[in-house]
Formats: sequence, C-alpha cells, structure tokens
Amino acid sequence: MKVRIYIALKKAVLDTQGKAIEGVLVKNLGHSQISNVRQGKFVDLEIADNNPDNVKKIIDEICDKLLVNKIIEDYSFEIINN
Amino acid sequence: MKSAVITFPGSNCDRDAFDALQKISSKVQRIWHTESTLDNDLDLIIIPGGFSFGDYLRSGAMASISPVINEVSRLVNKGVRVLGICNGFQILTEAKLLPGVLLRNEKMKFICRELYLRVENVDTDFANKYKAREIIKIPIAHMDGNFFAPNDTLKMIEDENLVAFRYVDEFGNVSNESNPNGSILNIAGVYNHKKNVLGMMPHPERAIDINTGSEDGLKMFESLNNLF
Repeated sequence: MKVRIYIALKKAVLDTQGKAIEGVLVKNLGHSQISNVRQGKFVDLEIADNNPDNVKKIIDEICDKLLVNKIIEDYSFEIINN
Repeated sequence: MKSAVITFPGSNCDRDAFDALQKISSKVQRIWHTESTLDNDLDLIIIPGGFSFGDYLRSGAMASISPVINEVSRLVNKGVRVLGICNGFQILTEAKLLPGVLLRNEKMKFICRELYLRVENVDTDFANKYKAREIIKIPIAHMDGNFFAPNDTLKMIEDENLVAFRYVDEFGNVSNESNPNGSILNIAGVYNHKKNVLGMMPHPERAIDINTGSEDGLKMFESLNNLF
C-alpha cells in the first residue's frame, strides 16, 4: 500500500519558514491577498500490507516514535493507491 | 570521575567535550552510537553538539532512537548525570529525557557568537561552582535553538526550578534584545525533574580557556568533578 504522511507544525506553534515565505509572497511578489502561510512536509512510503487497519497501526506507531514530535506537530495520512 | 562522550554520525563537538573532560582529569570513554551497552559505573555522559544524521527530519530526532540512547535512558533512571550540549540538547528532548523542544531560530538564521547567560540554579551537580545568578560568557552556534514548551510544561519547569540558564545582557537583564533565537522565557538550558540531566544550547566545552575567549564553561566541568 502506498501512503503519504503529512506533517505540519501545530497552529499555535510559530512557523518561521511559513512566515518568511509569506513575507516574500506579499512583499516581493506583490500578492497582498495572501496570508496565513504554513509550511509542512510529507513522507511517502510503501507498506507491504493491504489491510487498512494494520497500515493505520504502523503509521501511528512510526509517527509516534520518530516521524512526528507531538509537542509541536500534527500529522495526517492518505492511502495513495492499492 | 569516569565519563563517556557519545559520537553520532555528524557529531562535531565530541572532541571538544573530550578535551574539556581531560582538562579536569576525568577518565573518558569515546562511545559510538551503535553501542548497546554502557558501563554501569559511569559518572557522566556527554551528548555533544553537531548535526547528527544531518539534522534530517528534525534536529536530534533520528539520534534519539539510536541503540545507545536506550542505555542512556537506563543510566538516567539510575541517577547517572547526562549533559546534552546543542545537538545533544535536541537529542535529549526528542528522546523525552528533557521537557520541551527546540524549534528553528525565530529569525531563521544560524547564529554563531558569544553571549551572556545567567546561572538560574546553582544547587545542582552541574552548577555548584557558580555563584547564585552569576553572569557567564559562553558561545552559541546553532540553527534550531528556539526553546519551546506548552504552557503546562512551562509551569512545571518554573515550579520545579528546572531552568538552568537564561539568555541575558552583560548586566544580567532578561530582555528580548538578549534573546538570540526566540526561546520562550529566554531559556537557554533546562534540567529534568531529578536534575541529573541537563540540556543547553550554549557550548561550555568551547569556553574552557581564556585564550579562546572565555573559561566560564570550565566551572561546569569542575562542578561535576567536585562531586568526587
């Protein structure tokens, strides 16, 4: 199963990269209508298991142990195809 | 005193930590991160600065699940002292051995310079040679040093007097101007609950000789040695 995991800083946490990007979009590119820019990341991976429950369990475990720091980050994931 | 310095792929302050420990005549072991056993009779473990695993994912995240960190956790529970400097601080927060987390610097810049710290708690194994609220000059060199913790964690940190150092000006004042990286409440270093683990972004091991700018970091190593 191909999976894409999205990881982003929680809303309450200052996202310095998002802020810097927003500054450039607004000031340098002149898009004054743009605001609230947040930058996250995604991780693509394949899991040799087609049971969605098992896949969810594995993703929750790897996010908890390594991919996500839950003090500052939230995550979600989507199954790309079977 | 018997110490160990742990090296990860990408560590670059391990040699400086080794030199600082030799300066106070400690026996020092150099440990590679794949080691799955550490000696039970260690008095101090240093997790040095650098860019372990290239800072990929999050600074310190990958190193925090290295085999040797299980051993560090075991020894922390036995009361062994652990000092994490810079990337070592990031690794210890990622390993949940210290509260909080280090975010990217507020101004998105790598900062390398000397600055002033105020010693907030001298009643510890790491700082007993300092005077109460002493102002010390120690260098920093980091990109991700912006200490952050949720409000309930911050309250616990303050209530239990776990702040080790704050960024201050040369007169000891805590201000926005003296805060290099956006750290909440100007926190530069914190202890764990039992105060046998200390993490700090500034580099005491780079401040052990007046010929390189400051020897204010030496007192930390002397404080640790003072226990034996």
